[in-house]
Amino acid sequence: MTETADQIFVLLKHWLVAFAPAKWQPLFSMLISAAAIVGGFAGLFALTTILERKGLGRIQNRYGPNRVGPFGLLQPLADGVKSLTKEDIIPRSADQIVHFIAPLVLVGPVFLALAVIPMGRNLVAADLDAGVLFFLAAGAATELSVFMAGWSSRNKYSMLGAMRAIAQMISYEVPLILSAVTVVMMAGSLSTVTIVETQSGYTGFLPNWYVLTPWGLAGFLLFLIAALAESNRSPFDLPEGESEIIAGYYIEYSGFKFALFFLGEYIGMFAISGMAVTLFLGGWHAPFAFLGWVPSYLWFFGKLLALICLFIWIRGTLPRLRMDQLMNFAWKFMVPLTLVNIVVAGCWRFMEPGFARWVACGVLIAAPAAILAHVLAAKGKIHRRVYRYAD
Amino acid sequence: MLTNPVLPYLLLSALLFTIGFAAVVIRRNAIVVLIGIELMLNAANLNFIAFWRFGPHPEAASGLMFVIFSIAVAAAEAAVGLALVISIYRHYRTANVDAANSLKG
Amino acid sequence: MTALLTAGSALAAISLRNLVHCALALALSFLGLAVIYLELHAQFAGFAQVLVYVGAVAILVLFAILLTTTPEREGGSRLASGWLAGIVSATALFVVFGGILLSSRALPAPGGTAPAVTVKQIGQELMTLYILPLQVIGLLLTAALIGAVIISMRERGAR
Repeated sequence: MTETADQIFVLLKHWLVAFAPAKWQPLFSMLISAAAIVGGFAGLFALTTILERKGLGRIQNRYGPNRVGPFGLLQPLADGVKSLTKEDIIPRSADQIVHFIAPLVLVGPVFLALAVIPMGRNLVAADLDAGVLFFLAAGAATELSVFMAGWSSRNKYSMLGAMRAIAQMISYEVPLILSAVTVVMMAGSLSTVTIVETQSGYTGFLPNWYVLTPWGLAGFLLFLIAALAESNRSPFDLPEGESEIIAGYYIEYSGFKFALFFLGEYIGMFAISGMAVTLFLGGWHAPFAFLGWVPSYLWFFGKLLALICLFIWIRGTLPRLRMDQLMNFAWKFMVPLTLVNIVVAGCWRFMEPGFARWVACGVLIAAPAAILAHVLAAKGKIHRRVYRYAD
Repeated sequence: MLTNPVLPYLLLSALLFTIGFAAVVIRRNAIVVLIGIELMLNAANLNFIAFWRFGPHPEAASGLMFVIFSIAVAAAEAAVGLALVISIYRHYRTANVDAANSLKG
Repeated sequence: MTALLTAGSALAAISLRNLVHCALALALSFLGLAVIYLELHAQFAGFAQVLVYVGAVAILVLFAILLTTTPEREGGSRLASGWLAGIVSATALFVVFGGILLSSRALPAPGGTAPAVTVKQIGQELMTLYILPLQVIGLLLTAALIGAVIISMRERGAR
């Protein structure tokens, strides 16, 4: 019974595919997977916009949108209608073709990147041998769209925002890839399905997830920070900062194209959170053995939602980083730490399981982190914050 | 005409190489010259992959490995080449290959 | 098919007036090549092509274009001196290549199957058979990184 509930989407797909003639079945199966992913994640996107606005509102001590529908839950509908019917204004001196294509170049690769993420047992759209590499390649292709959007608008602010955004994305790709490499090294394969499989099983009552090891925890944190930077979210949202550069590289976009950019960014956030769940949080596995009867996709989406709530929480809490602080952070702090992480993961592999392994690896990661943080902070002359309150 | 399945890929590779070569020889802007060089390198990569796919294989992965190394080398060379172009631009105020024709300075 | 797309965008890349359009057409031809690699069952090379070329080299070219364009349009043609000889030699080159290929007897016999190379195998070969090229490439990339930064640093002193 739980087996059926777990595999219900797979069974549904097999049942649908059986309607097609035999020659077209692989194509039909791919189309169904693609449609399911696009539809499912678009729905999740709508849910996330309302979650974000109400969540941010509550963090900032105000209600979020609460007019449309009960508690404002139908707000995405209103947003959708607005962006579809808004007038599409294009600057006359803008480069028409590039301006038109830029949102498509963003949305295409991010949906492609979702294809290699296993969302449940047997629920991956494309079981590639080099899944993680495919994901990273799709992420790299989105940078081109940022440039196209910024340049084609012939607007100094948008060009500036685009160049900052690209510099940020390229700089943070290095820690992203290096922390993914640690997991790939320990799992022994680039295929996302294999990586999830190596995290199955339970030792004691704790699951075998990579996040519950010292190198995994460090890798997870580094991956999350790099993921925040890759999706241009706070505290790394200088390129699109609403109070600084007025939406940066997509200033000149309105209506449907802006909605496409918005969609592309959020789906990029989902894709990278999905990859974080796959690499570190054990994919679709349940956290405790006795909870194994809950269907696997519910665990995956639960973890995904938890990460999204974490992103929204961080956005509402931390102030924005300046560009030079951002770049320093990437190159001087995160890259050395990811390299140390790789070495520590190697040490973990070759020591026998036990308490000594935990202590040694923990110290090996925490010490360089503390030293680096101290050295960098001292150079920037950061003092303890002094709070002064009005009387 | 094209009985051998390798031939279309080899012809495409030759075409890309010729286009890259034309870019290097014809265009005036240094960056388009570098674009041409990248096209030539890519054409050679395509050649390797086509032969790897369709040819005999003493060791199974040698063509693929060569292409991977070639991609890495091409990226390094593009970086250095573009840095040179930027440096020349700062000096001559133009990215014209015909302008940088004196050995002085 | 993709071959037409690749060749077409390569032609566009060398002949468009606007440099940024050239670079974007170059990125498109890289993408077309990546699709061809995937067609030829070279998965790793295809993904590496997208990751490195489209994701990094194309953006490098775009940044260089942004940093070296003068706002006023340079008067004069886009063609270098001696462009006619260039076109003639390019066509001659293609004719020679085409002739060699079409009349060659050294091509491999058709009917070869795709070698099944897994990423694991690539990794193992990188670490055993190709360890020297791997280290040399690491050194080369480091040297290129440092060199590129040094070449493009602003000169100190009077400018």
